Amino acid sequence: MRPELLLGLYRQVCRIRCFEVAVERLIHGGKVRGLVHVSIGHEGAAAGVCAAMAPQDYLLTGHRGHGHVLARGADLYRTVAEILGRAAGLCGGRGGSMHLVAMEKGIIGATGIVGGNLPLALGAAYTARVLGTGGAAVAFFGDGAVGNGAFHESLNLAALWRLPVLFVCENNEVAEFTRREEHTRVARLVDLAGVYGMSAERVAAGADAVAVYEAAKRALELVRGGGGPYFLEVMVRRLRGHYVGDLTARRGGELEEGEIEKWDPVLRTRRRLEEEGIRKDELEVVMSEAEREVEQAVERALTSKEAGAANVEAEVYA
Amino acid sequence: MLELKYVEAINRALREEMERDARVCVLGEDVAAGGVFGATAGLRELFGDERVRNTPISESAIVGLAIGAAVTGLRPVVEVMFMDFITQALDQLVNHGAKLHFLSGGQLRVPMVLRTAAGAVEGAGAQHSQSLESWLVHVPGLKVVAPADPADAYGLLKAAIRDENPVVFIEFKQLYGMRGGVPAGGDVVPIGRALVRREGRDASVVAYGPAVWWALGAAERLEREGIRVEVIDLRSLLPWDVETVVSSAQKTHRVVVAHEGVTRGGFGAEVAAVTQKEAFYELEAPIERVGTAFAPIPCAKGLMERVLPGVEAVAQAVRRVMAAA
Repeated sequence: MRPELLLGLYRQVCRIRCFEVAVERLIHGGKVRGLVHVSIGHEGAAAGVCAAMAPQDYLLTGHRGHGHVLARGADLYRTVAEILGRAAGLCGGRGGSMHLVAMEKGIIGATGIVGGNLPLALGAAYTARVLGTGGAAVAFFGDGAVGNGAFHESLNLAALWRLPVLFVCENNEVAEFTRREEHTRVARLVDLAGVYGMSAERVAAGADAVAVYEAAKRALELVRGGGGPYFLEVMVRRLRGHYVGDLTARRGGELEEGEIEKWDPVLRTRRRLEEEGIRKDELEVVMSEAEREVEQAVERALTSKEAGAANVEAEVYA
Repeated sequence: MLELKYVEAINRALREEMERDARVCVLGEDVAAGGVFGATAGLRELFGDERVRNTPISESAIVGLAIGAAVTGLRPVVEVMFMDFITQALDQLVNHGAKLHFLSGGQLRVPMVLRTAAGAVEGAGAQHSQSLESWLVHVPGLKVVAPADPADAYGLLKAAIRDENPVVFIEFKQLYGMRGGVPAGGDVVPIGRALVRREGRDASVVAYGPAVWWALGAAERLEREGIRVEVIDLRSLLPWDVETVVSSAQKTHRVVVAHEGVTRGGFGAEVAAVTQKEAFYELEAPIERVGTAFAPIPCAKGLMERVLPGVEAVAQAVRRVMAAA
C-alpha cells in the first residue's frame, strides 16, 4: 500500500481522536448542550471505510457519527460548530451532534433513532441505480441496531433488490448499556447477512484502519460491480461510555487487562504503519498536526456566532 | 372533462406525472399488480419494473427507502395499503421524512408522497378501517391532504407529487368507486385551499373526505327544515385554509366540524379552536364536532354503524347549533 494512503488513514484516526477528546472537554466545560456520543475506539472503522468510498457515494450514520462525518470530508470547524450550536455549523445549529449533514460530501446525515438510517440508505442506493450514477450508499450502525425491525427489513429488501449498499456494523458488543449476550443470541452478527442472501465479511482487527480499509475496498468493488449489498462487521471496543457523562458503572464496554494495544485505533493503526515501514517521526507529525487542526477549529468555533433564525417556523418546509 | 371513478383519477394522475417526470417512481406492496384497490393498475406495463416496484410487507423500510430516494433526487410515491399500517412506518415518516429538511439547515429536501387508504367499509375491522390523520397533522414538516372527489384526488395528487415536501395523501375507501368529472390533462389543485361545496347563510359545516358527502346530504335534509347550510370541503389538513373557514363562520355564525376520525383529539378540535379564536365575537353557538365514537371500529354491521357518524349525525349537530342562543 502506498505510504500516502497509509498516512492518510492514520491522519483520519488522529483527527477523529483529537476531535472527540476536544468534544468531551467542551462538554465537561459546559459548552455543549444535549446528548453526545463520542466514537473513541471506533476511529479505525470510520477512517478505513470512508477512505474506500468514491466521491459519488452516499453516507449515512447514527448517533455515534462524528468520526464518519469527519472521515468522509465534512469541514472539521463546521462540524464542531454544529455540535456547539453555532451559526457556522453544518446545519446552522438545527441538528446538533446526532444530526450532522453535509450534502456536498454526500453525507445525508445521522439519525438518533437506532436502525433508522438503514431504510434511508436503501433509498439513496435506489436513486444511484435509477439515475445510473455508479454510486453506493454506506450505512454505519452498531450491534444494538440488530434488535430493530428496520434492520431486518432493510437487509431483506436490499438483498432482494440487489441494491448497492454497504452495511457497516461497528460491533462494540454493547448496545447502550446492555452487553451483546443480553440483547441477542446471534454471536456473530455477520452470519445474519448470509441468511438474507448477501455477501459479508467480519474484520476482527477493527481498530486497525488499514485492515478495515482493505475489507471495505473489496466490499465496495463488489457492491459497485452490481454484486448487490454487502455486510461488513467491524469488531471494535467502545473506549468510553455510551454518552459523555453517563454512569461509568453501567458502561459495559471495558477492556480486559493488557488489551488496550489491540483495541485502541490510534495505537493499533500506528503499530500497523510502523510494520509497513512508516517512520515514527512521520507518525508523530501527523498526530501533532491533527491536534493543532482541532485546537484551532475549536477555538474559532467557540468565538463564532450562536445559531440564530429570523423565524424558526418558516424553515420547516422547503 | 373526463368522467372517472375516484380510484381511476388517482391512477390517471400517477400515470401523467410518471410520463411528465422520469424521477417519479411508485413503490409499495402489490403495486405492480395494480394494488389492492387498483390505483396503480397498468403502471408496471407502462413504466417498467425499476420505476414501479413491488415491495415486501416492510412499511418501515419502504417508507424510509422513499425518503432516502427523495433526498437524493427521485420523487417517489409510496403506497401504504391501509392507513392503519402507517403505525409501522411512523419512525421513518415522523422522525426522518418530516424533519430532514429542517435538521439539515435546508440542505435536504424530501419530495415524496405517501398514499394511504383510510376509512371504515365492509366490516374490515379495527385494524383496516381507521382514519388517523390527526396524528399526522401534529407533525411539523409533513403536509396532509384528503380529497373528497375524483377531481380533487387527481389535482391534489399531482400537486403532492410536485411538492418539495413529504405529503401524506389520504384516500378514502368509501370513495374509490365514486364517479365524477376530472379535467383532462388538467390542473393541479393547490395544497392548502378549501372548496366551498355549497353556499348557505345559517350554519357552516367544515368537513373533509366522506364527511363532505354527509354534510351535503345533511344540507339537503335541513333545507327542507328551512336551514341553509354552507358546506366547506377542507381538502388539505396541513396546511389548512383558515381564511375560508373563518370567513364562513363570520357569515353564518354557527359552525360544525365533521370527519370520520375519532372525535376526541381529532382534527375537528384544531379547526374548532382556531375558528372560535378568530371568530369568537361572531359566533352564536358553541362549535359542534362530529366524528367517530371513542372506540375501535367493530366488525359487525350494526355495531360499526353505531360508532360511525353519517348524514344524520351531521344534521343533528347543525340542529344543535341552530337551537343554541
